Amino acid sequence: MGAQIRVYRQKIASTTSMQKIFKAMELIATSRIGKARQRVAASLPYSNAITRAVSAVASQSEVNHPLTTEPDNIRRAAVLVMTSDRGLAGAYSASVLKQAEHLIELLHGEGKDVTTYLVGRKAQAYFDFRGRDYAKVWTGGTDAPEFETARELRKTLLADFATDFDEGGVDEIHVVYTQFKSMVVQEPAVIRLLPLEVVEEEVESSSDLLPLYDFEPKPEDVLDALLPRYIEARIFAALLQAAASELAARQRAMKSAGDNANDLIKKYTRLRNNARQAEITQELSEIVAGADALNAS
Amino acid sequence: MANLEVEIVAADHFVWSGAATLVKGFTSEGEIGILPGHTPLLAVLAPGLLEIAPVDGSRFFVEVDGGFFSVDSNRVVIVADNAQLKDGATSGAGIS
Repeated sequence: MGAQIRVYRQKIASTTSMQKIFKAMELIATSRIGKARQRVAASLPYSNAITRAVSAVASQSEVNHPLTTEPDNIRRAAVLVMTSDRGLAGAYSASVLKQAEHLIELLHGEGKDVTTYLVGRKAQAYFDFRGRDYAKVWTGGTDAPEFETARELRKTLLADFATDFDEGGVDEIHVVYTQFKSMVVQEPAVIRLLPLEVVEEEVESSSDLLPLYDFEPKPEDVLDALLPRYIEARIFAALLQAAASELAARQRAMKSAGDNANDLIKKYTRLRNNARQAEITQELSEIVAGADALNAS
Repeated sequence: MANLEVEIVAADHFVWSGAATLVKGFTSEGEIGILPGHTPLLAVLAPGLLEIAPVDGSRFFVEVDGGFFSVDSNRVVIVADNAQLKDGATSGAGIS
């Protein structure tokens, strides 16, 4: 009996210390999420300006740029998967990886080769464990991405995009990341980064109409300078959304883990009290039985 | 006379916005000055100093290392990879 009480006491102690960790991680995620959302908002003016400029150039000049031209035959596709560095974020990384697997299967089904690029240690671990190849991995700072990372990603992807298929180049590039819709809803999403589809927007009022721009230098050169930045901005936006989603997922996961720990502590406390009471009852009845036996003799 | 409505944004943050009478900078072709009423323009920005003259008569500089800018109907949007306000500038007119 005494052994049982000790076991419960140990369980309560270990659950309590785990609960403290969950609580701390929840608080950290909560405090960082506001900043992550601010950064998403702060990157908007840049990406809006750049999107507007790209569509201005693309709609006004009949420029054929390699980045916007659809290749006749897509033989190899690149998939960039954005996961987190650390776990304890619920199904965050798992659902991105699941989405990526779907996409890879789909691309294979279309007869394309797939090269994967990974962001985050979780994706790396997933691919390493299964002994699968990936072209490159970026780790560190997935919960607070730097613009430099986006630039590096863009450089690598564009370099591979410019390479010939026979030398290992890719013909299209997809990105799998998590869209931050709200604090409770984050959905894995896929965007095709390259070749670019410049969206022709419906013009609602005359102020939205793009004026006829002069270009300096030539439109082709302007497009040359704009497109890499546009891609960078898209990648950076995806990284920022993924970071905000990661923190939100972690916060929710840690909240429910903490709640579960609380329930367990309550349950074990009841069981321990039961065991203690049972021990007392047994001791009493032994004493009474002993006294009875002495009286009878 | 109408003023220019200037907005400067960097990749990951907002830098400055406000009314100005003149924006001077370098494109890949050479120096360019924008006054109110400039024809719509989309140009590639070369690394260097941008000079901005806000309406209050002061003058300040922004160091940029590449980017582009667009001008249309007195609205100047400067999109820089990295932009650093040089001293003398107050972000008071902006909403930074």
